[in-house]
Amino acid sequence: MRNDSVAAGPVSPSALPVVVVPAYIKPPSPARNDPAWVRYTVISITYLVVGLLVAVPLAHVFHQAFSAGIGSYFQKLFGDKDTRHAIFLTLMVAPVSVAMNVIFGVLAAWLVSRFRFPGRALLVSLIDLPMSISPVVAGLVFMLVLGLQSPLGSWLRDHGWQIIFAPPGLVLATAFITFPLVARELIPLMEADGADEEMAALSLGANGWQMFWLVTVPNIRWGLLYGIIICNARAMGEFGAVHVVSGKISGQTDTLPLRVEKLFQEYDLPGAFAAASILTLLALLTLIAKAILERKVNQG
Amino acid sequence: MSRIARRVLPGFRLSLGYTVFYLSLLVLIPLVACFLKAAELSWAEFLQAAWSARARSAYWLTFECALVAALVNLVLGLVVAWALVRYQFPFKTMIDALVDVPLALPTAVTGLVYASLYVQDGWLGQFLVPLGLEAAYTKLGIVLVLIFTGFPFVVRAVQPVLAELNIEEEEAAAVMGGSRWQTFRWVIFPNLFPALLAGFTLAFARGVGEYGSVVFISSNMPFKTEIAPVLIVSRLEEFAYREAAAVAVVMLGFSFLLLTLISLVERWSKNHEE
Repeated sequence: MRNDSVAAGPVSPSALPVVVVPAYIKPPSPARNDPAWVRYTVISITYLVVGLLVAVPLAHVFHQAFSAGIGSYFQKLFGDKDTRHAIFLTLMVAPVSVAMNVIFGVLAAWLVSRFRFPGRALLVSLIDLPMSISPVVAGLVFMLVLGLQSPLGSWLRDHGWQIIFAPPGLVLATAFITFPLVARELIPLMEADGADEEMAALSLGANGWQMFWLVTVPNIRWGLLYGIIICNARAMGEFGAVHVVSGKISGQTDTLPLRVEKLFQEYDLPGAFAAASILTLLALLTLIAKAILERKVNQG
Repeated sequence: MSRIARRVLPGFRLSLGYTVFYLSLLVLIPLVACFLKAAELSWAEFLQAAWSARARSAYWLTFECALVAALVNLVLGLVVAWALVRYQFPFKTMIDALVDVPLALPTAVTGLVYASLYVQDGWLGQFLVPLGLEAAYTKLGIVLVLIFTGFPFVVRAVQPVLAELNIEEEEAAAVMGGSRWQTFRWVIFPNLFPALLAGFTLAFARGVGEYGSVVFISSNMPFKTEIAPVLIVSRLEEFAYREAAAVAVVMLGFSFLLLTLISLVERWSKNHEE
């Protein structure tokens, strides 16, 4: 099931593709014996590419972050008021935008997988649309609608609501970037499951609410968790879109990735790397959680 | 199941209503607003903002770097996928896991690390700069970070197809006297081609929109190392909202074009499989 989601599911640029190579190993055949020099070249290139492209940069993050000692690392991280606030803001903004997309994702997946109606194909491609839009353009569109120069933005400000250059704008921009991530995990899953169990629950007298909580949610729980993890990782790391709408006010609207940029521009490299190490750690944890979940989902 | 389902299953109106409401509020209305903002300009002003020499060189740079990076990824991705599927070697599981890192690592971290690795006294820069390969603050640096961000797309597109490939076809080719190279060229490659193409388009599309990692490693100089998203940001910093929207409209047009292309490639490769 995971395998077809790559070939058949709607794929778009920034999504995390899900791939599981079958666990069984095919019987070795002399027809697949590549010459030794080919084998060694291919394996060496693999080491070199993955090493230089991925492993060295990962090692570099932690090496730089801890280069001045562990005490200085924690000093840079928690001793700096603005970095502390950036960590806090990221931990606030990401869950809110994830929650918004979870509600949307479950309802959209229910709609698309359980009903056939005119405009369904269009709806599915519109759900995927935000993934192929540059993050900067995403930030810009919110700036145009809700910025102080726009009628709506100035009206909102007069009534005490500031969206742009404030946390609500960060939430909107982040929600836009991660918009389809939950829905596109759930749609193939719910389509594959079919509606039989839900119909059975209804015919046995369950009401819609009971059917949803007792049948639908348990069936989709792993896929939902998977979608939440991926959505959360993207939300915490989002840069381009929040860069535009945040106004980058230190200690107020700087999220952790924006803080990394500011410290970099101020030539405070140890500080920038300390902040970056937190984001890297979160990314690695995400990958581990994703691997565990993939195993679970494959087992059924 | 359609008609019966709509009669029996609850929540059609609720889910339709909410999906359309949320989609419009968060995605459609803001996008339309961007087009309307750009439409406030006269045609001549629009051209001046969206198609000036500076804007054209930014589009070209964006396109060029994303294309070169995607082409490099096409080759590297195939090699790595081949090793991961066909061979056994030490640390294979770890290498396989590392391939996913670019998808999860925040772009700001990518940019920071790459900028610091390739400067003159950086870990890699100390060897490369004396050879004349200056990556930090140049076009080469932009291509490098785009290779990093697009790399997993090709590997992960090719890997499952390669793993599912029928051994009989290769055996038949070998029995009939085909060399290993001929078998690859005429039997394996045609089977992989749709997946390679899909991975390539995804990596390319990702590269075209990339911003976070590029601002760190590029010097962002107009006409030289300024990509289109950076141009939008600098227009915004000048409070030139309409001009920024005009550049965004060109980029959106390009995104829609790519999106259509991706869905065509997907449809074609699905037919090809069957």
